[in-house]
Amino acid sequence: MKLPDLTELALRNLRESVLRNSLTTVGIAVGVASLVAMLSLGIGLQQLASRRLVKSGLFDTVLVTSRRDLRNFGREEQRAGPAPGESRILDEPARREIEHLPNVLEAYPDIRFITELRYEEKPHLTMVGALPSSARSTDAFDGMQGSFFSSETAAEVVLQKSFAEELLGKTPQPGTDETKVAELAAPLLGKELTMRYAQRAVAQLQRPGGANAHAGDSAGKAQGSTSETAYSVISREQKLRIVGIADLDPESMRGPTRARVFLPLRLAESLHVMQPTDLREISRAAGAEPVYSSISVRVGNPTQVQLVENAVQKMGFNTFSILDATRSLRQFFAVLDLFLGIFGSLALAVASIGIVNTLVMAILERRREIGIMKAIGASDGDVRTLFFAEAGAMGALGGILGVALGWTIGQAINFGTNIYLKRQALPPEHFWSVPWWLVAGAIVFAFIVSLVSGLYPAGRAARLDPVQALRYE
Amino acid sequence: MSGSQGTPPTHCACTIRTEDLCRHYRLGDTLIRAVDGVSLEVRSGEFVALLGSSGSGKSSVLNLIAGLDRPTSGSVIVQGRNLARLSREELSKYRLHTVGMVFQSFNLISSMTLEENVELPMRFAEVERGKRQNLAHDALERVGLVARMKHRPSELSGGEQQRAALARALINRPQLLLADEPTGNLDSRTGTEIMNLVRHLNRQLEMTVVMVTHERALAERYAQRLIFLADGKLIGDQANRSAAGEIKSQGERS
Repeated sequence: MKLPDLTELALRNLRESVLRNSLTTVGIAVGVASLVAMLSLGIGLQQLASRRLVKSGLFDTVLVTSRRDLRNFGREEQRAGPAPGESRILDEPARREIEHLPNVLEAYPDIRFITELRYEEKPHLTMVGALPSSARSTDAFDGMQGSFFSSETAAEVVLQKSFAEELLGKTPQPGTDETKVAELAAPLLGKELTMRYAQRAVAQLQRPGGANAHAGDSAGKAQGSTSETAYSVISREQKLRIVGIADLDPESMRGPTRARVFLPLRLAESLHVMQPTDLREISRAAGAEPVYSSISVRVGNPTQVQLVENAVQKMGFNTFSILDATRSLRQFFAVLDLFLGIFGSLALAVASIGIVNTLVMAILERRREIGIMKAIGASDGDVRTLFFAEAGAMGALGGILGVALGWTIGQAINFGTNIYLKRQALPPEHFWSVPWWLVAGAIVFAFIVSLVSGLYPAGRAARLDPVQALRYE
Repeated sequence: MSGSQGTPPTHCACTIRTEDLCRHYRLGDTLIRAVDGVSLEVRSGEFVALLGSSGSGKSSVLNLIAGLDRPTSGSVIVQGRNLARLSREELSKYRLHTVGMVFQSFNLISSMTLEENVELPMRFAEVERGKRQNLAHDALERVGLVARMKHRPSELSGGEQQRAALARALINRPQLLLADEPTGNLDSRTGTEIMNLVRHLNRQLEMTVVMVTHERALAERYAQRLIFLADGKLIGDQANRSAAGEIKSQGERS
């Protein structure tokens, strides 16, 4: 039989015992709905988690630290290899070398220090970080008020939202709506802050051959001059103008965006602020060539992060990227999706037993009809495909209905949960997602499951003996 | 039986030939010999009646000729093809294109309209839709049921249902019409109507007709040859001498 004829006959047969067939179809729909609901919950939660990570702006960034740094970000296996005391120092030559690796856009030192900032004569102790001008283009600074730094050396700052609130004496109360960044921007933009910090100054007299320090002659040179150099610490002040306020999530990631106040990179470098690593490196690298606690490496494309990580590790440094942070997270979601999928499929399995039952009943009921069709020339194949088509039609209809139902259930749960979240004074979240491949996949899956369920009844109908079937009243 | 075409040269005119045909089956412990060594021949264009009481095996012989059943032993050769040797698929093609069947209980599909019932064999033959509708319309017109083609079988009288069944049996232009007690569920007037239609097909289209009946009078009135069966065995095969029936029915027609 031709496909249009087959479909038409199958559909009219389904209409003949409309109650039984629609109940079976609803069974499939419920199965598909539970599958869709479960999986879209899993996917939605995963996207929610990813969104937070993307907001940190670190998807294309690798953090490089020295293996000497015991407080490293690296994973356990990286600690194998050379002993911490003998591995390379993360200094300026190392930075340049990293910057020249393939796929690397730029490598800049992470300058971060805790210091005091005065605003209207009130001191605020906070973490200050430095940003290169390229940071302007990352997702992290979407929705920023004001402007980015006018130049890399300008005496300007960008504030993180929560710090801006602190300066204005607004602490967010649980239960109230979040303050808009724009409300904070008006009173603060253009105002001045005074930063008080500890400057590391080279004690020049004790350092012979200081002119050579700029030759990019790596660690050996620095090590050679260890015993002869020293530095002193001087207290300094720097006036800074507030130019921007950014809506960053300070808790989401480690890295430069964890700071609450940002300076232009070159300005920060020129200030020579004391950093935690200086204390530990005191014996070997106190020269004009700085030693960095960590370097941020920006990679051209997020897919190349792993490649760059491997190359940097080969140089003898520890690396850390969001890939590492999300590895266990992705694993968790894969397992979660699997479990949710299995639970969802169980309902569909029950529904497929419903199809088998309905079709076996239909064979008993339509035994005579099958006999007639065979007597007037239907082949076994015609009868088999007809029953197959009926199973498939129920599956496809159930699949479409089920996706619609699952989507509705999802929306309802999302809505209900957000009402609950609001009562608990938490921000609303969209943790429900039905991607198009899930829609298509669920319908195809329901269709295939019902065809498989139709195998046995269709085979049984096809093998029916026409003489006996015709005798059946 | 590949040798059947070569050996007896005089049998070329035969459209149906059975040789020592047997159909046995078990019912519990007893072996039922529904058909037990029947050998018969039907010539092309002939109208043959299979006569016998119920349980004589006449319907079983018809089912074997129709390719609905397979013989336990012996052979059924229709138009040179041994049905016992055909695959299930070939047998269904044979039923589709070579044979048209009508039954005592009409066997129309109750969920379909008359038009759809008549069209159904053409769906299996994969005739395209437009042509199918035209042919179904023509066939129903021939049996005088065009006005009721959108009705379901349950809305029609027995005679109308049997006429529709006849239209369905003929839709794929078979050479062979097999009728199993076609008038058994009809009153005598509508029975006559159906039989006249069958004889018309036999004469005008030169269709071979094999009819199973237990009514000797009916058989004598329409068939050219009478074959008698009892307990699965052939007990008589005679030409129909009562030509009166023929003349009478011809008179009815004119």
